[in-house]
Amino acid sequence: MALASSLLAACGGGSGTPQLNWYVNPDGVDTFRTYADECSTDQYDIAVQQLPASATDQRTQLARRLAAEDSSTDIMNLDPVFVAEFANAGWLQEVPEEVASKITEGDDYLEGAADTVVWDDGVFAIPLWANTQVLWYRKSLAEAAGLDMSQPVTWDQVIDAAADQGGTVGVQANRYEAYVVWINALVQGAGGDIVSDTEAGRDAKVDLDSDAGRAAAAVIQKLADSDARQADFTVSNEGTSLGQMFPAEGPGEFMTNWTFVYANYKGLVGKPGGPADEQQFEDLGWARYPQTVQGETSKPPIGGIDIGVGAYSEHPDWAMEAAQCITSTKAQVDLAVNDGLMPSTNSAYDEVAASGEFPEDLLDLYRTSVDEGGPRPKSPFYSQISSAVQSVWHSPTSVDPDSTPKESAQFLTDVLAGRRLL
Amino acid sequence: MTSATVAPDTERTRRRKRPEASDRARAENSLGMRLVAPAIFLMLLVTAFPMLRALYLSLFNYSLTAPEERDFVGLSNYATALTDSLFWRDTLNTVLIMVVTVAVELVIGFVFAMVMHRVIFARGVIRTSILIPYGIITVVSGFAWQFAFSNNNGFVNGWLPLIGDDFNWFGQYGSSIVAIMVSEIWKTTPFMSLLLLAGLAQVSEDMLEAAKVDGATWWQRLWKVILPNMRSAIMVAVLFRALDAYRIFDNIFVMTAGANGTESVSFLTYRQVIEQFQLGIGSALSVLLFLSVLLIAFLIVKIFRVDLAAARQEG
Repeated sequence: MALASSLLAACGGGSGTPQLNWYVNPDGVDTFRTYADECSTDQYDIAVQQLPASATDQRTQLARRLAAEDSSTDIMNLDPVFVAEFANAGWLQEVPEEVASKITEGDDYLEGAADTVVWDDGVFAIPLWANTQVLWYRKSLAEAAGLDMSQPVTWDQVIDAAADQGGTVGVQANRYEAYVVWINALVQGAGGDIVSDTEAGRDAKVDLDSDAGRAAAAVIQKLADSDARQADFTVSNEGTSLGQMFPAEGPGEFMTNWTFVYANYKGLVGKPGGPADEQQFEDLGWARYPQTVQGETSKPPIGGIDIGVGAYSEHPDWAMEAAQCITSTKAQVDLAVNDGLMPSTNSAYDEVAASGEFPEDLLDLYRTSVDEGGPRPKSPFYSQISSAVQSVWHSPTSVDPDSTPKESAQFLTDVLAGRRLL
Repeated sequence: MTSATVAPDTERTRRRKRPEASDRARAENSLGMRLVAPAIFLMLLVTAFPMLRALYLSLFNYSLTAPEERDFVGLSNYATALTDSLFWRDTLNTVLIMVVTVAVELVIGFVFAMVMHRVIFARGVIRTSILIPYGIITVVSGFAWQFAFSNNNGFVNGWLPLIGDDFNWFGQYGSSIVAIMVSEIWKTTPFMSLLLLAGLAQVSEDMLEAAKVDGATWWQRLWKVILPNMRSAIMVAVLFRALDAYRIFDNIFVMTAGANGTESVSFLTYRQVIEQFQLGIGSALSVLLFLSVLLIAFLIVKIFRVDLAAARQEG
C-alpha cells in the first residue's frame, strides 16, 4: 500500500500542483512565458512548451499528440487554418456558450478574427492575435508613377506603376502555404472562392474554374511577365522582398506582406537592408491590399493565432479558464507592443493606439483589413486543398488564366474524392 | 505430396526420413516451444497487428481530420495509387537509388572488406575508421552532406574541378539525386563491408593455398575461389542493403524534402499519412511498399540461387 501510494505520488509530479501544458509557436515566446506565470493559479501551473518554427511542423506535432489522445496537451496556439481541421477531428474542446457568444455576437472581436474560430456552428478556439496583409510601398515610387494611394488601387495599377519606374512588386510565390494565401486573396478579391460549402467535407464545391479564378491567374501571369517581377519571384517568401524596399540603388518596391513589416523597418533605420535614415523611413507607405478587379473590394489575407483547448486534457475546465486569461485584452496589448503581433479585439486595438507605438492610420488599416478580410477555406481537408493548389499553380511563371484554374479545379476535385495522389 | 513421392530426393522427403525423435528430445522441444511462446505472441502483437491494421485501413477513404466521413472503398485506394503517375515516378526513383547505391556499395564494400581482412598492422584502427560512418545517425549524415554540397559554404564545389563554385546541387533533379546517393553510399558502405568481411572469413585458406600452388593468378583466385565461396554472404549483404535502400527516407527528408522529383515511395507514404492525414491511401501505399520489399527479397534470393537451408547446414 505504501509502495503504491509513493508510486502514485511520483507519477503526480513533485509539487503536487497540476501542470497545464501550453504549446506555443516561437513568435512572442517571452510574452507567452510572462502570461504563463501571470495566469497560473494556486490550483495549477501553466508550463510553456515551444513548437517548431514552421506552421506545417507545428500542425504535425500537435496532430500526432491529439490523434493519440494525449492528455497532457492542454492549451495550444493554432494557426487559423488548423481550427476547422482539429475541431472536425474532435481534438478541440468546444468553447463554453458564455465565452463563445462574446466572440461571435459581441462587437469587441474583429469580424475576420472571430470567423476563424467557428466551425460547424460551434466555437472551438479563442482568437489571440489577428494578422493581416497590407500593401507596403515607397511613397516616392507611387508618386513618381502618378498613383493616387489615397484611393483603392488594383494589382494591374501597382504592377504597371512599378514596371514604369524601374521598381518591383514583392509577393510570396514560393511553393508553400503563403503562395496559397496570395492566390486565395486574389480569388476572393474577384468575388470568388477556391472552394465553397466546405462543411460538406470531401463533397465541398470546387470553385476555382471560374471568372474569379481566371482573374487571379491573370494577375499572377501579368506579374510573372512584367519587368516588375523580382529576381527570386518563383521562390520568394515573406523575408526575401524586404530588402527591395530600400535598396542601395533604385526606387524601391510595392510589397504585399504581413504586419511585422513596420516594426522591421523601424528597427533597421541606418542598418543594412533598412531605410538609410528617419527621412527615408518616412517614405514607407501603407495602403489596403490591392484589388484583383477594379471596383471590387479587396479581401486582405487573414492570419494570426487562435488558442484551443485539447479535447483530452485532464483538466479541461482549468485549461479553458487559462485560455481566457492568456487571451485577455492586456495580453493582446502586450503582444502587440512587445512583439508587433496585432490584437483580435477592438478594445485591445484602442489600448495599442493609446500607447503611441504605431501610427493611428496604420492601426486603422490593420483593423479594417482584419474586419473585412477573407479567410482561407475552412475545411477538415484544408491541408489537401492547399497542397493541391500549390502543385498546379507553382511555378507562378507557368500560370495561364486559360488553363491553370480549370486544371487546378479538376485536380483538387480528384484529390478530395481520393482519386489522385498528392 | 505428389512431388514428394515422384521425386524422393527432394529436401522434404529427406526430412521425413530422419529418425524419430526420442521422448526426451520431444519433451525438450515442447518445453522450448512453451518458453518462446510469450515472445512469439509479443512479436505478433507488435509486428502483425500494425500490418493487419494497415491492411484494414487501406480499404477505406479515411482522413484523420474527418473521422465521420470514413467510407469503405474496397481496393480503390490501390487502384488510385497504381494508376497515378506520381506513384510510378517515385517508384522508379526509389529503384534507381536502390540499384545504383547497392552496386557501388558492393564494390567499395568488398574492397574495404579485403582491406579489413588482410591488414596486418593497426588492424583495430583501420577497421574502426572504416566502420565510423555507419555509427553516425542517418539524419546527422544527411545534414552533413547537405552542408557539404551547399553552394554557400560546402566544400564539394571547391574540390571538384569541372564544377563552378556557385553550382546549386539541390536546384535540379539530376544533381539532387546524385547528392542523396552519395550520402547514402557513404553512410552504409561500412555495413556492406562488415557483412562481406564475415563472408571472407569463411573462405578456406587451404583452398586459396591450393589454388596458389596450382598457379592461379590473384584475379583467378578471386573469381574462382573467393567469390563463389562467398555467394551466401554476398546475397545476404545485397539483400539487406537492397531492402534498406528501397525504404530510403531520412536522407531525402533532410536534403531535399522531396523537391525536384527526388521523392521515394517511403516519402510519398509519409506525406500521405503524416502531412495529409490520409490514413486510407497512406496505408495502401505502405502495403504496396511492403509487397515491393517482399518481391525484391524474393527476386534477390532467386537471382543468387542460394539454398538457404544448405547455408544453414540443414541439408
